[in-house]
Amino acid sequence: MNTAKRKLIVDEVRLDGRKFDDIRPMKIESGVLPNANGSSYLEQGRNKILVGVFGPREMHPKHLADPHKAVLRCRYHMAPFSVDPRRSPAPSRRDTELSMVIRNALEPAIFLERYPRASIDAYAEILEADGSTRCACIVAASVALVDAGIPMRDLVVACSAGKVDGEIVLDLDDIEDKEGTADLPVAYMPKLGKVTLLQMDGILSPEEFDRAFQLTLEGGKKIYEFQREALKTKYAKQVEKGEKGSVEQV
Amino acid sequence: MSRFEVVSKLRRTRISTVIAQGKREDGRGLSDFRAIKIRKGIIDKAEGSAEVFLGNTRVIAGVKVDKGEPFSDTPNQAVLTVNAEFTPIASPTFEPGPPDETSVELARVVDRGIRSSEAIDLEKYCITPGKTVYVIFVDLFILNHSGNLIDASALASVAALQNTKLPKYALESDKISLLDTREPLELRDLPITVSIGKIGNNLIVDPTADEEEIMDTRLTIATNKDGHICAMQKSGSTGLDLEEIKKAINMAREKATEIRKLLMES
Repeated sequence: MNTAKRKLIVDEVRLDGRKFDDIRPMKIESGVLPNANGSSYLEQGRNKILVGVFGPREMHPKHLADPHKAVLRCRYHMAPFSVDPRRSPAPSRRDTELSMVIRNALEPAIFLERYPRASIDAYAEILEADGSTRCACIVAASVALVDAGIPMRDLVVACSAGKVDGEIVLDLDDIEDKEGTADLPVAYMPKLGKVTLLQMDGILSPEEFDRAFQLTLEGGKKIYEFQREALKTKYAKQVEKGEKGSVEQV
Repeated sequence: MSRFEVVSKLRRTRISTVIAQGKREDGRGLSDFRAIKIRKGIIDKAEGSAEVFLGNTRVIAGVKVDKGEPFSDTPNQAVLTVNAEFTPIASPTFEPGPPDETSVELARVVDRGIRSSEAIDLEKYCITPGKTVYVIFVDLFILNHSGNLIDASALASVAALQNTKLPKYALESDKISLLDTREPLELRDLPITVSIGKIGNNLIVDPTADEEEIMDTRLTIATNKDGHICAMQKSGSTGLDLEEIKKAINMAREKATEIRKLLMES
């Protein structure tokens, strides 16, 4: 697509020094927003994402409530300064779609049936965007949901893979996403073995798809450890301070 | 969010029992499409158009072409936009108003299939780089909703693009003037989109509206003429396991070959 083609992979090393199957350095913290029931902050490369979870709480407006289960609402929103050039803060069609697929990716993991008529709201604010943000939002949101004390079947991990300079690589950053020829974001519940988000654009042969798909599952396993660590660290801190966990408050 | 038709428990049970036996309520097999009808060139005032029927599902795609400014990040590429309108005549559950997430998703998935397959050489349809390019609008009009709107819309879009005649412009020292002649839009590929639904443990193609209501998940797969995958979208709030994904891809590739043949013959 791009006219000025530059090499994104030299001697099997990517622009930022990663190998094909490396994910970017990742950092997740949970319990970072004092007013939310649950929250998380995630950095993955230059991605910086904050997620706040509110609920289960009474649904407003009331007609959106489901008498059989809680309704999960998700919002994917990019800050105007998160990309170059500035983007309008108004939700785009892309945002609408991503909010929906993120919701679909998280729903299977939550015991929604435990909270009829309630809403659970997960709001993701992208402070800086560096490729694969929908995956990063899913990773951060599942940590924030656990942090809110919402009962979950599993954490949801998410990772992208794609085709760059003819090679199948894991966890695309912004340049690889824009200049690469395929992008495959996948979300997955590792313990249950269920894929909850699967999108693709670009062109992949069935063999390339298999390879890329397998890579995302392996990347997901690594990300799962970061998620668990973030939660463990938060609860360890609470124990130290002698605070009651948010789980007991809900 | 009122786009739900209530399906009674009895019907739900009936649909899923029949599917568990490898059949469909309307007599089809699990991997059979309903009758596909493609009519090209039905709107004279549009540069390209097509109407597609999948059983009772009915969609029109109209292509309008204009010249306009390119996007700043792709100064030498034509602009392609896909938009979908769920008209209130298509279903008692459709209401007039701004597009909701289902119609935004539909338009974006259709767009992704066409764009990713690189069926249209966008760089070829640049008039003056950075200033003027062809702007290709694909507008989808859903006229009757009996399920599987995505596949019908994607097929209608490609059929309409096949049928598109572009206006020609002459470039004379910074002035662009419209010529009388027209030339067909060149399509380098024919991407075909096939959605696979999961009901119980079975995968089906071309779900009816009722089947869609009780469907656990949908996986939409677009493939190009080489059988390569050029777009995917999973929808619905149930997970899929790895075997199911592989099976769905194979089903979609197989069906796409049949539909592409139909498209070329029509």
